Amino acid sequence: MKRKRVLALGLIAMMATATFAGCGSSASGDSAGDSASTDGASGKVYYLNFKPEADEAWQEIAKQYTEETGVPVTVITAASGTYEETLSSEIVKDEAPTLFQVNGPVGLANWADYCYDLKDSSLYNELTSDSFALYNDDAVAGIAYVIESYGIITNTKLLEQAGYTLEDIQSFDDLKKVAEDITARKDELGFAAFTSAGMDGSSDWRFKTHLANLPIYFEYQDKGIDSTDAIEGKYLDNYKAIWDLYINNATCKPADLAGKTGDDAENEFADRQAVFYQNGSWEYANLTDKGMTDDELAMIPIYVGAGDEKNQGLCTGTENFWCVNSEASEEDIQATIDFLTWMVTSDAGTKMLSEQIGVIPFKKAADTTNLFVLNDRAYTEAGKTPVSWNFTTMPSEEWKNGVGSALTAYAAGTGSWDDVVTAFVDGWASEYAASH
Amino acid sequence: MEKAIRKYWPIFVLPTLAAFSVGFIYPFVQGLYLSFCKFTTIKKATFIGFGNYAYAITDADFWHSFWFTALFTVVSTVLINVIAFAIALALTNKIKGSNFFRTVFFMPNLIGGIVLGYIWQILINCVLSLLEKPLLALNATYGFIGLTILMCWQQIGYMMIIYIAGLQSIPDDYIEAAKIDGATTGQILFKIKIPNVMPSITICSFLTITNGFKLFDQNLALTGGEPAHASEMLALNIYNTFYSRTGPQWKGYGQAKAVIFCIMVILISMIQLKITKSKEVQQ
Repeated sequence: MKRKRVLALGLIAMMATATFAGCGSSASGDSAGDSASTDGASGKVYYLNFKPEADEAWQEIAKQYTEETGVPVTVITAASGTYEETLSSEIVKDEAPTLFQVNGPVGLANWADYCYDLKDSSLYNELTSDSFALYNDDAVAGIAYVIESYGIITNTKLLEQAGYTLEDIQSFDDLKKVAEDITARKDELGFAAFTSAGMDGSSDWRFKTHLANLPIYFEYQDKGIDSTDAIEGKYLDNYKAIWDLYINNATCKPADLAGKTGDDAENEFADRQAVFYQNGSWEYANLTDKGMTDDELAMIPIYVGAGDEKNQGLCTGTENFWCVNSEASEEDIQATIDFLTWMVTSDAGTKMLSEQIGVIPFKKAADTTNLFVLNDRAYTEAGKTPVSWNFTTMPSEEWKNGVGSALTAYAAGTGSWDDVVTAFVDGWASEYAASH
Repeated sequence: MEKAIRKYWPIFVLPTLAAFSVGFIYPFVQGLYLSFCKFTTIKKATFIGFGNYAYAITDADFWHSFWFTALFTVVSTVLINVIAFAIALALTNKIKGSNFFRTVFFMPNLIGGIVLGYIWQILINCVLSLLEKPLLALNATYGFIGLTILMCWQQIGYMMIIYIAGLQSIPDDYIEAAKIDGATTGQILFKIKIPNVMPSITICSFLTITNGFKLFDQNLALTGGEPAHASEMLALNIYNTFYSRTGPQWKGYGQAKAVIFCIMVILISMIQLKITKSKEVQQ
C-alpha cells in the first residue's frame, strides 16, 4: 500500500514538473529572446501597426533599426478591420504597445487617456506643418504619418477611345455628360463608365465615408467650421447627383451593388471594363501589380457640382496618426520617439515610408513614384485647392453604417433618397449626442 | 484505492479547477463587474452602478435583435432536429452506402462559420439576382431564411450523428417484441424509438438552442446585420455596441447587454433541459 502511495505521489510529481516545465520553457524562451536583444539599450519599442499591406516593410525596417542601434523594435499588425479590438486587448497587457495609431479626432475620443503629449518631442519638430498634428486641447496627441489623396481614377486610354480627353472633364456637368455618353454607347465601346459601386463591407467605405466627405466639406466651407454637432445636409442633392451617376452608369445593375465587393471594382478597372473608379492613392500599387501602366492612369477630382469646381483639387488629407502610449515607461517612450524620429529623418526610414505608405508630412521626406500622389501635386501646383478630409469628424462607425445601408437600399430601389437624408442628418445629430 | 481518492481528491481536481478559474470564473466575474462600469480598457474602469443596464433594456435595437434571435432559434431548432432525426432514421435502416452518406452529411460541420457564411452569401445572392429579387443585404426576411438554410446545412449532420448513436443503442429485442405484438411502423417509432432516444433529443435540442442564440460568425458573414440592423442577432448587436460606437460609455453598455444575454441563454437552456429530461426513460 505504502509503495503504491509513493508511486502515486512520484507520478503526480512527475506530471506536475512536466506541466510546469512546459509553461516555464516557453516563458524563459521569451525572456531569453528579450534579454539578448535588449543588450546595450534601456528602452524598447512595440508598434501595433494598422496597415496590413505594409506589414512586411515594417518588419524589415524594424530589424534594420535594431541592428543599427540595438533597440529592440517589435511590430505586430492587427488583422484588417480589427484594429480597435486588438488595441483594446493589447494595451492592458504588461507589454503594451508603446506606439499605436488613431483615426483622427473621433478615434482619439476613445484613446485620449493613453496619448503622450508629443509637443516637445523631436518628432513634432519634423512635421512640415502644424496642421498635421492631432490636438487634444493643447496637447499634441498624435502625429500624422501619411498624406493620401483620393478621387476618380481614370483610364485615359479608354477615355480616348470614347472620344474624350481629361481636359473635357472640368466639372460635374462634364463628368455627367461623358459618363452618360459612354453608357449610351456601352455595347459599341465594350466598356462602362464607372466600376461597380459595391456596397459590400470591403467596398462601401468608398461611398459612405469618402464620397460622403464632399457634402460635409462644402457645408463646412460655407460655414467656416471644421466640425459640427449637427449637419444640415445642404449639399445632399449634390451627393445624390453623384451617387445616381455612379450607380446608373456602372458595369452592373444598381440592384446588384449590395453584393459587390472591393475586389470586384478593382478587377473591373484593371480588366479595362470601366473608365472611372473612385479610390485613392493607396490603390496605385494594386493597379500596377495588375498590369496597368502610368500612361493609362490619372486621378481626377470628384466633382459634385458644388463650390468652385474650376479650382477643386483631389481629396487630400490623413486619417492615420501615430500616438505614443503615455502609460509606457519613461525609457520606452523615449525609445519610441527616437525610433519615429529616425523613421522620418534617416534615408532608410523615409525611403521605406515613401515607397510603402505614401507621402509623409515630414521635412526630410523622400520623393515618391506614386502617380496619383504626383497628380495631386500637379493640381496643387496649378493653384487648385485640395478638398480636406472631414470624414474624420463623422460621429461614429454607426453613423457610417446607417448611411451605407440607406445608400444600398436606395440603389436597389427598396429605399428612398429620403432615408439617406434621414440617416445622414438625423443620424448625425443622434450619434453625435450619443458619443458625447 | 477509494480511500486514497477520498483523501487526495483536491490534488486531482486542482489542475482542472485552476484552468477553469483562470479561463472562465475570473473573466466572468470581471465581466460582471465591468458591466457596472464606464471603461475603454479593462484597467481603467470607473464604477457607475446600474446605468448601463438601464440603457441596455431600453435600447430598441437590442430588443429587436432579441426577438429576431428568438424566432430564429425556434425555427432552426425545430427544423434541424426534425430533419436530422429523419435522416438518422433513414441511415440506420440497412441501406446501401449509409456510411458514405453519414460522412457526406457530417462534412459541412467541419467548415468554419465565417467561411460558410461568405460561401452561402455568394450562392444566395446569385440566386436572388437571377430571380430579380433584392439581395440579402436589402431584405431581412431573405436574411432570416438564408441564416436558417445555412444553419440547417451546417448542423444537421452533427445532430444526425448523435441521433444515429441513440438509435443504434436501442436493443433489437424491443423492436422485435413490438413487431411480434403487431405494432405498426408508426407505433414503433413513437412508442419505442423516440422515448428511447430522449437523451439524444435532450442533448441535440440543447446544442441547437444554444447555438441558435449564440450565433455570431454566420450572422456577421451572411448578412452583417443589414439592412439597418434588421437582421442583427444578439451577439452581433453586442459586438456592434462595443466596437462601432464612439465614446467611453458604449463599452459598458455592450458589457451590460452581454451579461443580460448570458443570463438569458442560461435560463432558456435550463428550462429546455428540465422539460426534455423529464421525458427520458430508463432502459
